[in-house]
Amino acid sequence: MDTLTLPKDKQTAAKQETVEVTGSVALLDALIAEKVDTIFGYPGGAIMPIYDALYDYNDRLKHVLVRHEQGGIHAGQGYARTSGKVGVVFATSGPGATNLVTGLADAMIDSTPLVCITGQVFAHLLGTDAFQETDVINITTPVTKWNYQVTDATEIPAVIAKAFFIAGSGRPGPVLIDITKNAQLQKFSYDGYKPCDYIRSYRPKPLVRKEYVQQAADLINKAEKPFVIFGQGVILGKAEAEFKAFLQKSGIPAAWTILGMSAIATDHPQAVGMLGMHGNYGPNVLTNECDVLIAIGMRFDDRVTGRLDKYAKQAKVIHLDIDPAEIDKNVKSTVPVWGDCKETLPLLTEMIEPKVYPQWLQKFRDFEQQEQEICIQPELHPDTEILTMGEVINILNDLTKGEAIVVTDVGQHQMVACRYAKFTKTKSNITSGGLGTMGFALPAAIGAKFGDPARTVVAVIGDGGFQMTLQELGTIMQSKVNVKILILNNQFLGMVRQWQQLFHERRYSFVDITSPDFVQVAKGYGISGQKVSEREVLRGALETMLNHNGAYLLEVMVGKENNVFPMVPQGCSVSEIRLK
Amino acid sequence: MSKQEYTITVYTENHIGLLNRIAIIFSRRKINVESLNTSPSEVAGIHRFTIVINEVEDVVRKLVRQVEKQVEVLKAYYNTNDEIVWQELAMYKVPTDEIAEKVKVERLLREYGARAVVIRKDYTIFETSGHREETDRLVQVLEPFGLIEFVRSARVAIIKSSRGFHEKLKEFEALRPGANIVENEFLDKQEEVFTM
Ligand SMILES: Cc1ncc(C[n+]2csc(CCOP(=O)(O)OP(=O)(O)O)c2C)c(N)n1
Repeated sequence: MDTLTLPKDKQTAAKQETVEVTGSVALLDALIAEKVDTIFGYPGGAIMPIYDALYDYNDRLKHVLVRHEQGGIHAGQGYARTSGKVGVVFATSGPGATNLVTGLADAMIDSTPLVCITGQVFAHLLGTDAFQETDVINITTPVTKWNYQVTDATEIPAVIAKAFFIAGSGRPGPVLIDITKNAQLQKFSYDGYKPCDYIRSYRPKPLVRKEYVQQAADLINKAEKPFVIFGQGVILGKAEAEFKAFLQKSGIPAAWTILGMSAIATDHPQAVGMLGMHGNYGPNVLTNECDVLIAIGMRFDDRVTGRLDKYAKQAKVIHLDIDPAEIDKNVKSTVPVWGDCKETLPLLTEMIEPKVYPQWLQKFRDFEQQEQEICIQPELHPDTEILTMGEVINILNDLTKGEAIVVTDVGQHQMVACRYAKFTKTKSNITSGGLGTMGFALPAAIGAKFGDPARTVVAVIGDGGFQMTLQELGTIMQSKVNVKILILNNQFLGMVRQWQQLFHERRYSFVDITSPDFVQVAKGYGISGQKVSEREVLRGALETMLNHNGAYLLEVMVGKENNVFPMVPQGCSVSEIRLK
Repeated sequence: MSKQEYTITVYTENHIGLLNRIAIIFSRRKINVESLNTSPSEVAGIHRFTIVINEVEDVVRKLVRQVEKQVEVLKAYYNTNDEIVWQELAMYKVPTDEIAEKVKVERLLREYGARAVVIRKDYTIFETSGHREETDRLVQVLEPFGLIEFVRSARVAIIKSSRGFHEKLKEFEALRPGANIVENEFLDKQEEVFTM
């Protein structure tokens, strides 16, 4: 009874042991009990009873009407990533549900906690090819951590409790609950919401085995050239403080994966940059020189490792991860430390000796110097007239002082933004890492703003990706979402063009993309904006964008055929990284 | 490492959709499931899957971890043929007059450990169990005697080195199993994993 928060007209009944409610009301009551404040959704026939109930919950549940369900789920992802909570998404059956699939796949591979509620046709119509019936459970099975179809209202409280527990615990992920219309309408006697904290077949995290932590500490204590590589696990595990304490005592240089970025400040004294295909020079090359590689909350994605049979072969590998299926999946570990890094890191910190590695760290700095001369300097301070993406990000850093949330889409601008953005706070770098979903940034930025309204949110998007989900400008307009949209327009599908240039003899096959007048488009949605292509006005334009009261779109015309370097070409080892 | 037969044993909740969730872990990697048996275990609400695939151990280990990772999977193990005792059930339908006439058949059936399940005027159904080759051989033998229909079940297997499975499984019936079930045993060697 304690969590019962029914509409006012029903509250008298709540004094009794149980109360008659519909499945829809039980669902919304469950969401409130789970402290949900924002829902991203889109209505339709099969979810109408839930939307009808929502009408009475307007004062307690904020519903953001998106323009496409894919936008809704990416917004849910953005929300989850900046708030550290579970994102909630509503969609109707059939096309509404299938529009969620890209977002589910994205959330699955990037471990984003979501609870998606889809409406479904009446239970008696299941399997009959009814109007807007689609087999959502089977379509979404490979892209959900868990999914379940509710056909009876009495199941709702327990199923929603399970959904939140599964989505948010262990290695987080998306959960989809499909609720048939009859269950949404059905009345049943409800005795309140009980959160779930245990499922017998599910172990979100194990008891930590200290002997493995000890083995890891022994390796670290003997190491001469240890190297830490970390991923989103540190952020998802809310273990930033524990991680910093570990770094401080161990003195070990540390590099991030694209999703681990911002877990520590980018200017941390031991930070040596980003790993991977377009990461920094030093961390890539020195992966193949370190003697102990300490991987924390990361999964050795192929974009990070390059050619696996030439990856860190000389090193002993310590792998800290909460998901046992990740351990030894791509890289064989010498010492596996299965567990929640919020628990394992403090144990490890306690067991290691305080150390510093000035010479070893200097090696990273030397590589950095080379990268600075060949790649960074010309990107951030070009001597050509044409603007580069890097200089835009560089000025942005200057203006935001690294305090903004940067949401990126997919392509060259994403790599440039992640290479050059400065961050001082965790949960600041929001991007589609594992799936590489173009169209992610605009809706994810909307969610990111709802997830952490006090912070500035800048969405950095390519001219191609923006056209994939630009309908969400409507959401920004209607819900008055204060996001800054920064389009880096190179008039190409840049990343694909770069590959065609480098690996397909410049045969530019369908990468020349025409765009509308983005500023006019924004204007149509009542969103202010401007377009710039000259250096003299760039800083001023970025200032205007950031200082503008409300959403703003700034389109910056950049070099058409600029490339992102360094680059580990596909099929090459990380030490074969190219600076040009 | 070369491919060989592995038998994967999975204990799961009895939930709709779980079969698909497990099956797609194999099909995603384009691995053919040679044999699949699923049936309630001795403990109410817990099902046991027995899955046979042909693969290298490294892949099998990864697959089993993916299987065990599923929310509704309690436990998953894998074994080579040396490590298990297994059987498949086979049934054969033959015309009764044919076999009644030919006494030789009876001797053959005895040789293959088959027994009659149904005897009618028009047909007789025999049943036997064994390894694939054994049940196959009886098909060949019965072929000349007008074999009408043949069916074979999936493999069921008992793991030779299992210890305390039944007891541990019963612990899952309790609301919260004891510490030995939540232990970090996956990191240990195969043999020691059999603590459930
Ligand atoms: C949905 C989707 N379709 C296709 C791709 C393949 N792809 C990766 S990057 C890219 C080009 C992106 O172009 P643009 O948005 O203009 O950004 P740029 O690379 O120019 O910065 C494409 C087509 C993808 N990642 N996602």
